[in-house]
Amino acid sequence: MRKQLCDALVARSKNPEMVFLTGDLGFMALEPLQAVMGSRFINAGVAEQNMISVAAALAQQDLEVWVYSIAPFVYARPFEQIRNDITFHNLPVKLIGNGGGYGYGVMGPTHHAIDDYGVLLTLPNISVYTPVFDEDMDAVIARAGSSSHPVYIRMGRGEPPKGYVVPTYAPWRQLTHGNGPVVIAVGPLAGTYIEAFERLLVERRPNLWAVSELPIEQSPLPDELLAQIEASPSLCVAEEHVRCGGFGSQLLLHLADRGTAVRRFHHLYARAHHFERYGSQTFLRRQSALDADSMLVALEGA
Amino acid sequence: MKTRTTLAFNDFSNARKRLLQMHFESGVGHIGGNLSALDAMLIVFHEYLGAKDKFILSKGHSAGALYIALWSVGRLQDQDLKLFHKDNTLLAGHPPAKGITDIPFATGSLGHGLSLAAGTALGFKLKDNDAKVICMTSDGEWQEGATWEALIFASHHQLTNLTVLVDHNNFQGFGSTADVASMSPLWDRLKGFDVDLQVIDGHDPDAIRTALSGERPRLRIIMLRTVKGRGVSFMENRMDSHYLPLTEDKFLKAIKEIDSL
Repeated sequence: MRKQLCDALVARSKNPEMVFLTGDLGFMALEPLQAVMGSRFINAGVAEQNMISVAAALAQQDLEVWVYSIAPFVYARPFEQIRNDITFHNLPVKLIGNGGGYGYGVMGPTHHAIDDYGVLLTLPNISVYTPVFDEDMDAVIARAGSSSHPVYIRMGRGEPPKGYVVPTYAPWRQLTHGNGPVVIAVGPLAGTYIEAFERLLVERRPNLWAVSELPIEQSPLPDELLAQIEASPSLCVAEEHVRCGGFGSQLLLHLADRGTAVRRFHHLYARAHHFERYGSQTFLRRQSALDADSMLVALEGA
Repeated sequence: MKTRTTLAFNDFSNARKRLLQMHFESGVGHIGGNLSALDAMLIVFHEYLGAKDKFILSKGHSAGALYIALWSVGRLQDQDLKLFHKDNTLLAGHPPAKGITDIPFATGSLGHGLSLAAGTALGFKLKDNDAKVICMTSDGEWQEGATWEALIFASHHQLTNLTVLVDHNNFQGFGSTADVASMSPLWDRLKGFDVDLQVIDGHDPDAIRTALSGERPRLRIIMLRTVKGRGVSFMENRMDSHYLPLTEDKFLKAIKEIDSL
């Protein structure tokens, strides 16, 4: 998604009020943006706490401020700066975390972002974008850019099947249709299930939904999805995020609040903080039973 | 903001007494670090800040002195001060996030203010705004890594529209800065950066005025050598003045002492 991100920001940078801050990352990716933005492209150095507070102060002067780094360096290191300086003042800083989930797989646990949106959504005013496909970036950048509130974009790598026609961006999209259970996946993970689900007979094929915007209160579930949940014997949520505070628990609370019963619930989630061995994103998804084969096994009992 | 009136001795005394009254009536401590910071803050608000300029109090635990400075220039009223630290007040124990236009950011967690000030100063430059920014830090706050991140950034970007005041009163939360994590003298640590560094008596109005005057070719840092609890003999240079509120006897004694000067 980095190329699409860069292209979208280059187009947007015609706005003279736009400022881009990077925590010394973006080599071999963001040079075109640096070239067009000049002094408004600021490498803030290896100093993320300062970068976030600087971003807050710039946003307070009505500048359109984007902040970029590897995901954990955007939200975990400077968490208090996000909390106090950005969200307490409801400043529309746009935080971009590259490599959400296990995106930096074999680079080790310090580079994993499997607790990002759960933590950030405890804060006031902030919303989260989890683009599913590379093609989503134009729309996500446009929506985040026009937001008057703080935003976090969890970037990953779109993984649609070969030849797949990516549906137009929307906060909620149904990617497969059938008479099977309802599956909701967060971000790019959703794309990894399409091919396996399409191979199933329609009687067993899940209704797969991808969610790209949180919290749910700001991006309510479509009526069609709610109807499917109410009619389905089971609901499955898959997310590259730890269980505690993740989308699964947010969804169940939301459904409970509105009185929607869920008969059986399956939760596939990230477990890698407990691992001792590391590998690619694909490897780590498998270790967490988040891969398509594990999903099919989980659905057998659904 | 500024009154352009040169403050007289009585102005400082009256503000000091008002600060003690506010803290006494609210039963609130943190007085020592307010008294050390007050003189410089009064000069900044009365004689230095223009309408577009910003003051960021990084040492948020000196909110009392900030509120008194704002009261002194007519931006807060007596009825506001009466609610200090009470339920349903705007005047929290540390500067609030909303409600007081002269307070741009909620501070209180140390190590944020200098970055916020640097961002504000950079924003002014990017928008071709000639406004100035003043940030006041404590001395203990320089133990926060983020403060050094901010210094590196502000120095690198040559933020000449930013002035950093360090309220160097030698005390922190649970001891003296020399005993807890000494960088003494702090100004020697700062000299290695490309900054305009001045070390002055932080209670000498003329020294503060001179240090603030004129343009500087580099980031300006003014090390204010101050006294914790300044102006109240039994509070000066005492650890307990960091936290403890005044009893009625001590409040009256302090007022009498200031009046006798």
